[in-house]
Amino acid sequence: MSDSEEAVTAEEQPSTVPAGIAAARAALADVPAEPGVPKLDPILNATGVRRAFGGLVAVDVAHLEVQRGAITALIGPNGAGKTTFFNLLTGFDRPNRGEWVFDGRRADRMRSYQVARAGMVRTFQLTKALTRMTVMDNMLIGAADQVGEGFWAGLVHPLWKRQEAANREKALVLLERFKLIDKRDDYAGELSGGQRKLLEMARALMLNPRMVMLDEPMAGVNPALKQSLLEHIKDLREEGMTVLFVEHDMDMVHEIADWVAVMAAGELITEGTPDQISADRRVIDAYLGAHHDAAER
Amino acid sequence: MDWHFVFSQALTQAIGPTMLVYALAAIGLNLQFGYTGLLNFGQAAFAAMGAYGLAIGVVVLDLPFWWGIGLGLASAVVLALLLGIPTLRLRADYLAIVTIAAAEIVRRTARATGLSEYTGGSDGMRGFSEPFFAMNPYPSEATWTFLFASMDGGRLKLDFLLFDLQYSNRDLWVMTVGWVLVAFFLVLLGLLVRSPWGRVLKGIREDEEAVRSLGKNVFAYKMQALVIGGLIGAVAGFLFALSRANVQPDTFITDFTFYLYVIIILGGAARLFGPVLGAALFWFLYSFLSQGLNQGIRSGAIPEDWLSATQVGPLVFFLVGLSMVLLLIYRPQGILGDRRELTLDVR
Amino acid sequence: MSAAFAGLLLGLGVNSSAGAQEALGVHGTLEDQQDQPVAGVTITVADASGTEIAAVESGADGAWAVELDAEGTYVVTLDESTLPDGLLVRNGRPQLEVEVSSNRAVLFPLDTQLAEGVEPQQPGDDATDAGGESDSPEEETSDADTEDGEQLGAIEDEGGSTRAISLLVSGLHFGLMIALAAVGLSMVFGTTGLTNFAHGDLITFGGVMALMFNVAFGLPVWVAAILAVALGGAFGWAQDFGLWAPLRRKGIGLISMMIISIGLALLIRFATLFFFGGQRERYNEYVGQKPWDLGWLVIAPKEVVTGIIALVVCVAVALALLFTRLGKATRAVADNPALAESTGIDVNQVIRLVWTIGGALAAMSGVFLSISDGVKFDMGQHLLLLVFAAVVLGGLGTAFGAFIGSMLIGVFVQMSTLVIAPELKYVGALAVLIIIMLTRPQGILGRRERIG
Repeated sequence: MSDSEEAVTAEEQPSTVPAGIAAARAALADVPAEPGVPKLDPILNATGVRRAFGGLVAVDVAHLEVQRGAITALIGPNGAGKTTFFNLLTGFDRPNRGEWVFDGRRADRMRSYQVARAGMVRTFQLTKALTRMTVMDNMLIGAADQVGEGFWAGLVHPLWKRQEAANREKALVLLERFKLIDKRDDYAGELSGGQRKLLEMARALMLNPRMVMLDEPMAGVNPALKQSLLEHIKDLREEGMTVLFVEHDMDMVHEIADWVAVMAAGELITEGTPDQISADRRVIDAYLGAHHDAAER
Repeated sequence: MDWHFVFSQALTQAIGPTMLVYALAAIGLNLQFGYTGLLNFGQAAFAAMGAYGLAIGVVVLDLPFWWGIGLGLASAVVLALLLGIPTLRLRADYLAIVTIAAAEIVRRTARATGLSEYTGGSDGMRGFSEPFFAMNPYPSEATWTFLFASMDGGRLKLDFLLFDLQYSNRDLWVMTVGWVLVAFFLVLLGLLVRSPWGRVLKGIREDEEAVRSLGKNVFAYKMQALVIGGLIGAVAGFLFALSRANVQPDTFITDFTFYLYVIIILGGAARLFGPVLGAALFWFLYSFLSQGLNQGIRSGAIPEDWLSATQVGPLVFFLVGLSMVLLLIYRPQGILGDRRELTLDVR
Repeated sequence: MSAAFAGLLLGLGVNSSAGAQEALGVHGTLEDQQDQPVAGVTITVADASGTEIAAVESGADGAWAVELDAEGTYVVTLDESTLPDGLLVRNGRPQLEVEVSSNRAVLFPLDTQLAEGVEPQQPGDDATDAGGESDSPEEETSDADTEDGEQLGAIEDEGGSTRAISLLVSGLHFGLMIALAAVGLSMVFGTTGLTNFAHGDLITFGGVMALMFNVAFGLPVWVAAILAVALGGAFGWAQDFGLWAPLRRKGIGLISMMIISIGLALLIRFATLFFFGGQRERYNEYVGQKPWDLGWLVIAPKEVVTGIIALVVCVAVALALLFTRLGKATRAVADNPALAESTGIDVNQVIRLVWTIGGALAAMSGVFLSISDGVKFDMGQHLLLLVFAAVVLGGLGTAFGAFIGSMLIGVFVQMSTLVIAPELKYVGALAVLIIIMLTRPQGILGRRERIG
């Protein structure tokens, strides 16, 4: 692992750096900062993704690769098409054209639930806690491959009770980690906004995803919770998961992202490390331009 | 004013054959609406599928009784697929409009003169219930008395002093079958809604996109709920047709479905026993009010110029509508509902 | 008790007929002139002092029976309002006094017309009305209708192309009536997201109010119509003020609100039935108006007038939506309420206005339909599904789409009778609704909904 050692020193990180971040930074260290650039080990590889609403082109991304095991941020001004792109990748919207491969499998024709089963699990900008169900039930519904979710098997308790017990154990561990253990029997609707974000993330982990897609994870979260959310996201990387997240807050992007992809007007305008991006003139223009446009409207 | 009569009538209805029909249909609808959040406004059409499937099978196609039952169930499945495939991927209110339209199509087609050869037109059909009543274990001419119960020429009378319950031996047979069916479906649904399968349904009710994002095939679950609820609706249709020994198209008007919603909301949506409790209460109140008002008019307690006998029905249904509005505003969780859910945002 | 209401009781499965093997009682079988059994007719039996003993309905085989406890004189009454439209008791005697000492048969001869020399006890229903409205869309809607063979015969006899033109014109007229209601429904949906199942009863409300002013207060129909439309607007306003706005403030979900609207629909419908009864009533003017015969088209002047007014009103609403400040605000709210709010539009005020206009337009639709077909407590309920079909066809929530959808549905309903039995014409329209849902859920004009 001499490469990673070098990378770490290049980035002037303390020597106690966790393995996940070290590996991610190393893999991205020599990648040039240009849109559509190939990565060493892409978990997601998308080409020619286009989505238009009526005459309006919301997304037109020529090429994007996402590095396995890294935290990649997707940023851009309002209306840049980030969330639409997210919806396309996760099967919640259909592209006009385009294809992408997730972890070796063509994913552009998959339905949203198939995408989730394939290992790419998303969260939502406006949290979707299942409000009139308990926190525990919210977790258990996330568990993958529960046989009792079939109609006939559901009728026969012995068929699924052991699996249910195992899932419950797993859920308890996750709830402990996300500090929701005391709330496990409360209705999800009784949680605060920040707790719902945590629950959504914990629930996503019930599926053992390989890639987690977070749509504005910090939106509407109070500053106290923000830091703990950031730590949770970093933990995902340490567990070997890939994270792609949409965000506005550049400070947060700077703190946790290994790589940043920038969208404007539906297109991918540049990519690079957080430092490269914050120095990039085009990014500043894109944001300013958007503000300029908004002011004109 | 004969309070004994009013109470007897109301309580007789509250556990009687018609209540059982409504309870069954509401159990099916509860799975769809209460647990899964599907707005099926065409449960009447599913009941009609059962009733007409049986009647047409036996009378027109000359099939054996049980084949008629099978035909009714199959028609309900076909209807569920027909309605579900186009609409279950769309917004919730689309299913509402499509099912309500489908129910009207079924009813108007069934009463069409041009098809009366097959459906009996607006007069409906009869002559399919003999095999059912041939199985009736209750003798038609038994006469005995035991404590408060007495049997007089096949008519059972349970005398509780303040009120009595009276059923003919045919009613008793229909009720026996009806209560067995209610118990069966409650056990079935009880197992289902407490299983992981039921948990997915509840998740879909809360937020189907979230459930989709967790790798569940939401469409398939919704379709299963629509089909199973529709099948239970068809069973309600069998009981309806058999209890009256005929089918009539105007039995299956849209208001039938609307009353099922009243029943479900009364009993509490997504409560296992809600539909049964709701149906009993609905029929008790309905009979109590209409018989009470009628008695009141007849005995002169209510002056004729305040309320005439023909206005009793409209008044009672007006109150049904009013209670539907008030319940949803002030007690949306129903009588069995959990108060805690009030604090959550109810959709 | 009305026929429709009797049907409703049937729907509930109220078992009013007990077993009738006892020796003492009255019974009979109702059959029409072709010896077909007549079901669902209410027969009441009262004792000599006039106290009602029992009310029963004829079964599917036309049979009815009442058990009696004692011998004596009884009055057996057939409720003519529960007869299928067009049928009468031939000898004009729906009430008979009978001496009962055994199980006695009582005969009510039914026919489509009275025997000669018999005075009708009640004015006949639609059967005797002039040809101009024989194809009126409401005829098939009443629950008690069986087959209106003779009525449709008038048009059936005409030549093919003439008939097609007649149907096209009556379809356009019907479409305009649907449009009046559909535009309101669609605007309410657009601004609040509510699928209002009580909108049909706003139509009935207009018809009934005009009837009240016209018949009870003796005002001319045109005055009554104006008052009814104004009251319809007030009713819409009051509904939003008293019910929907508070519910929105309370944060009640759309699905709950939709079910509340069903409760409200029942409430209005049965209140109407309570105060007004179940019979079909007509205004005291323009009934049986002499039609204009243009050779290729026979049309009653009232149809022309109401059609033109409806068209003008629809165009006016469209122009108002496009060019007035409030109209633009309405469209903005329909487009994006949050955005509209942030640009300083008072969303609640806009919604209140939409309800008021929606109520007024629906009332106008009800008045105009009643001028042609008379008023019945459930007229709006039957029209509601066609209004839904029109709104869905045009794309939910767009007023312009609702208008186009209405015209298409109106013409389709009427023209379809060229090919299918008139009693199935609503079935055809509803089938179209389902097919549209299947193939183009966003409607013919709507945009595909954006997900996420």
